[in-house]
Amino acid sequence: MLAYIARRLLYAIPILIGVNLITFALFFIVNTPDDMARMQLGVKRVTPEAIEKWKTERGYDKPLFVNGKASGAAMLTDTIFFTKSARMFVGDFGRAEDGRDITREIALRMGPSLAIALPTFVLGLFVTVSFALLLAFFRATYLDFWGVVLCVAMMSISGLFYIIGGQYLISKLWRLVPISGYAAGLDAWKFLILPVAIGVISGIGSSTRWYRTIFLEEIGKDYVRTARAKGLSEITVLFRHVLRNALIPILTGVVVVIPLLFMGSLLTESFFGIPGLGSYTIDAINAQDFAVVRAMVFIGSVLYILGLILTDISYTVVDPRIRFDR
Amino acid sequence: MLGFRAAILLPLLLLAACGNEQNDPYPARERGQNILYSAFTERPKHLDPARSYAEDESVFTAQIYEPPLQYHYLKRPYVLVPGAAAEVPEPAYFDAAGTPLPADAPQGTIAHSVYEIRIRPGIRYQPHPAFAVDGEGRPVYTDLEPSKLAGIETLGDFARTGTRELTADDYIYQIKRLAHPRLHSPIYGTMAAHIVGLKELGETLQREIGKLPDGAWIDLDRYPLEGVERVDRHTYRIKLIGKYPQFRYWLAMPFFAPVPREADRFYSQPGMAEKNLTLDWYPVGTGPFMLVENNPNSRMVLARNPNFHGETYPCEGEEGDRAAGLLADCGKPLPLIDKAVFTREKESVPYWNKFLQGYYDASGISSDSFDQAVRFDVGGGVQISEEMQAKGIRLLTRVRASTFYMGFNFLDPVVGGRDGVSEARARKLRQALSIAIDQEEFISIFLNGRGIAAMNPLPPGIFGHAEGEAGINPVVYDWKDGKAERKPIAVAKKLLAEAGWPNGRDARTGEPLVLNLDTTSGGMGDKSTLDWLTRQFAKLDIQLVVRSTDFNRFQEKIRKGAVQIYFFGWNADYPDPENFFFLLAGPEGKVASGGENSSNYVNPEYDRLFVEMKDMDNTPQRAEIINRMNRILQEDAPWVFGFHSKSYTLAHAWLHNRKPNDVANNILKYQRIDVAERARLRHEWNAPVVWPLVLIGAVLASVAVPAVLAYRRRERGTARNWR
Repeated sequence: MLAYIARRLLYAIPILIGVNLITFALFFIVNTPDDMARMQLGVKRVTPEAIEKWKTERGYDKPLFVNGKASGAAMLTDTIFFTKSARMFVGDFGRAEDGRDITREIALRMGPSLAIALPTFVLGLFVTVSFALLLAFFRATYLDFWGVVLCVAMMSISGLFYIIGGQYLISKLWRLVPISGYAAGLDAWKFLILPVAIGVISGIGSSTRWYRTIFLEEIGKDYVRTARAKGLSEITVLFRHVLRNALIPILTGVVVVIPLLFMGSLLTESFFGIPGLGSYTIDAINAQDFAVVRAMVFIGSVLYILGLILTDISYTVVDPRIRFDR
Repeated sequence: MLGFRAAILLPLLLLAACGNEQNDPYPARERGQNILYSAFTERPKHLDPARSYAEDESVFTAQIYEPPLQYHYLKRPYVLVPGAAAEVPEPAYFDAAGTPLPADAPQGTIAHSVYEIRIRPGIRYQPHPAFAVDGEGRPVYTDLEPSKLAGIETLGDFARTGTRELTADDYIYQIKRLAHPRLHSPIYGTMAAHIVGLKELGETLQREIGKLPDGAWIDLDRYPLEGVERVDRHTYRIKLIGKYPQFRYWLAMPFFAPVPREADRFYSQPGMAEKNLTLDWYPVGTGPFMLVENNPNSRMVLARNPNFHGETYPCEGEEGDRAAGLLADCGKPLPLIDKAVFTREKESVPYWNKFLQGYYDASGISSDSFDQAVRFDVGGGVQISEEMQAKGIRLLTRVRASTFYMGFNFLDPVVGGRDGVSEARARKLRQALSIAIDQEEFISIFLNGRGIAAMNPLPPGIFGHAEGEAGINPVVYDWKDGKAERKPIAVAKKLLAEAGWPNGRDARTGEPLVLNLDTTSGGMGDKSTLDWLTRQFAKLDIQLVVRSTDFNRFQEKIRKGAVQIYFFGWNADYPDPENFFFLLAGPEGKVASGGENSSNYVNPEYDRLFVEMKDMDNTPQRAEIINRMNRILQEDAPWVFGFHSKSYTLAHAWLHNRKPNDVANNILKYQRIDVAERARLRHEWNAPVVWPLVLIGAVLASVAVPAVLAYRRRERGTARNWR
């Protein structure tokens, strides 16, 4: 197992270099260092000298990938790409273009992102799995039919509609919770109820349908018939036998997103005024802050790779037949 | 069943326990306090007075820093009055030999202007750890080891604070900071051209900084600045090159606010920047407020500066201010509120709804909520809607000190008159388009009436702006029945034919006239605007090609002069005609010198008048020159003069002393809140509606009951029932 994990981690290095390279290329195709300087310095009364000074100070006066004026290894190391990328592999994200420490900012914003994402994930998983099992239990009845119709309807509605509709109904018309905002600590609960509820409800449609399909496939298998023949209640059959055996496809989709919960949600955080990492990323894109964009893409990639490794490990936990050691 | 009931009842009991106003986004401990609540959309990038230039930053910096001068809160046109200074300084003029000259000396004879600024004694800084001293008067937090910062996360974590009196040295220190190479002050280039020795100081500091480790502190007191002189503890002089009357307006901006040397040194210590403990993040000032919470991602809080000196509410204003209740607080010590809480709202929907619920004291009006907030009467006048009236909300409007225009690039052969197209032909083409593009219709359709058509670059309230017949653009308008009336399209067509494109076709080749608009617009939301614009060109049978591009590419095209027609706007830095006319001055050409004249327009007579006008005081002679400059611009039509936008602000009944002011930003100290009235109305407006929760519970129960019954039936059924 350890050898497998070590091998996967080694695979991650070229992947991360590739992701970083693509991010770098895409960003600098759209934004030149001049554009970045103008964005940071403003558009009023900015002189060409000030732009040059800004670029020199931040190392954006170097060539992008190959420094023709340098010799030896410096041809590759004395470039924007190398100087801006190498430090990230040791966890040093440097400073945002406005001078603020990125690692510190990420640490500050991780809490609010998790405060929304974690309960949404856990509650959403519980609700959708339960609902899917319920539909599987009532398969081929009117409850199942209308449940599936409801799921199709819910998955057809845009996420933005849930947010605006939820804010309108619950916060504006019924005045039950604040429409947006955030507070640290225990005061956060009243700001979290609405986005979490909306996050859970908006995910019910598609997830339930997916899980229902998995459960229906399992429910027709011999071991389920055997369990019933033993006289187990249907609830026991569903939760103890069907759910456990259906976990592999569920884990494939679920475990991989767990590390990404840290990254926050772009839309939800923006509409609910949650100062998390999702809104940090959006702000950085709008401000053409390459340092932050690059750091967030890098972290996202690392977390995704981590999620995939965790998914593989989770297979061995739920299915003892799976082993990585040869 | 008990669990089910509990699940239904528990949320209701929780809601009931919370009492009214469960949607209150603020902590319960803040209720009943003298706090103003507002919002901000963009996170401020810089709060350092040498760097901050954006409007959304000045909302904060203008309350914290005290420049020598400020604008009178109520008087219009805008009038400069003392801020931290004892009086508004009058410049003294000198010739090249240093001989004093009279105030009305010809400009050509003036080699230097000297502004002597006297600061009122007794002004003290806000409490700050940079001023903390021990029993022997030594600074507590100087030369700190990074390890000493282990438990420090914010400025509030420093146990001790101190203060000291504001001195002239602090103003001098800040002027030197404008030349600091690490700060990239946006006005360094502008000021280096005016303040004697500032350019040289910048070059010296650039050299010095190269010798120091990254981030090391430079003691600016060690570097003299020729043009700034300390006279005594509370007086300093600034020496300018030539005559520059607009300099007084700069003295009302945070760029010229004091920065104490101790603060600069304090923040430069190793380990501070890593914790975001910088002057850019935690400003230090003598103004009425100090920043006590800085989370630009979520919430910024300004609290009353306990050391703020005794400024009082003004007792004079313009006509109508007394009737509007704006003089009711005459003579009261400022500020009138204890705290201001700014919450970040990135989306307009929650911002608007929180305002309607009473959780913001004032709000602008987004286009989404315009119809809900405002009604137009039969005469085209603006009134607040009945719904807003019922809530006691007031509408405050004012034409902003800004202008929006469609510019022609004079480097382009067709619209600029080059390469075979004579200047006269191009001028007539531009004049024809100025007539054809119906700004009144644009304002009505796309701005909900929030603007007035521009006749020249100057908006109302700026010296030289003329109303009535004298103020119209005679190329585009006729004066009929006491109002300006746009010339008929036939006049534009005639001009176009004279320009050599009858019916939109080249008279010689028959080729259709195709013009290109470069714009950053182009999304779905802009389609209607661009379609409308295309129709305006089509009135003259001219084909308009819209070349949508992103902001960076657009800026690049402008810099290189690779556009034909473009849209731009300008918000005034200060209320002086020079700040608008310089946008068309030849030496400011974008391509030639990287200036602000994006049209690359050059007219020697206009440039001559501009040089003459810009350094004049506001006299009838200056007004006459401005009139001549306007006539040149109207005739040459380098811009299709668009509109001057109107600001619309809604204020709740409990918010007093709010008067729109788009030149000065230090308005927070004048605001007053009727806390009891706000609490009463918030309570009235925010009673929770609980019955939908009961209904949802009932619906869930109605689904759950047959499901439970069906489950039981199945459990009791025979195996044959299972499939």
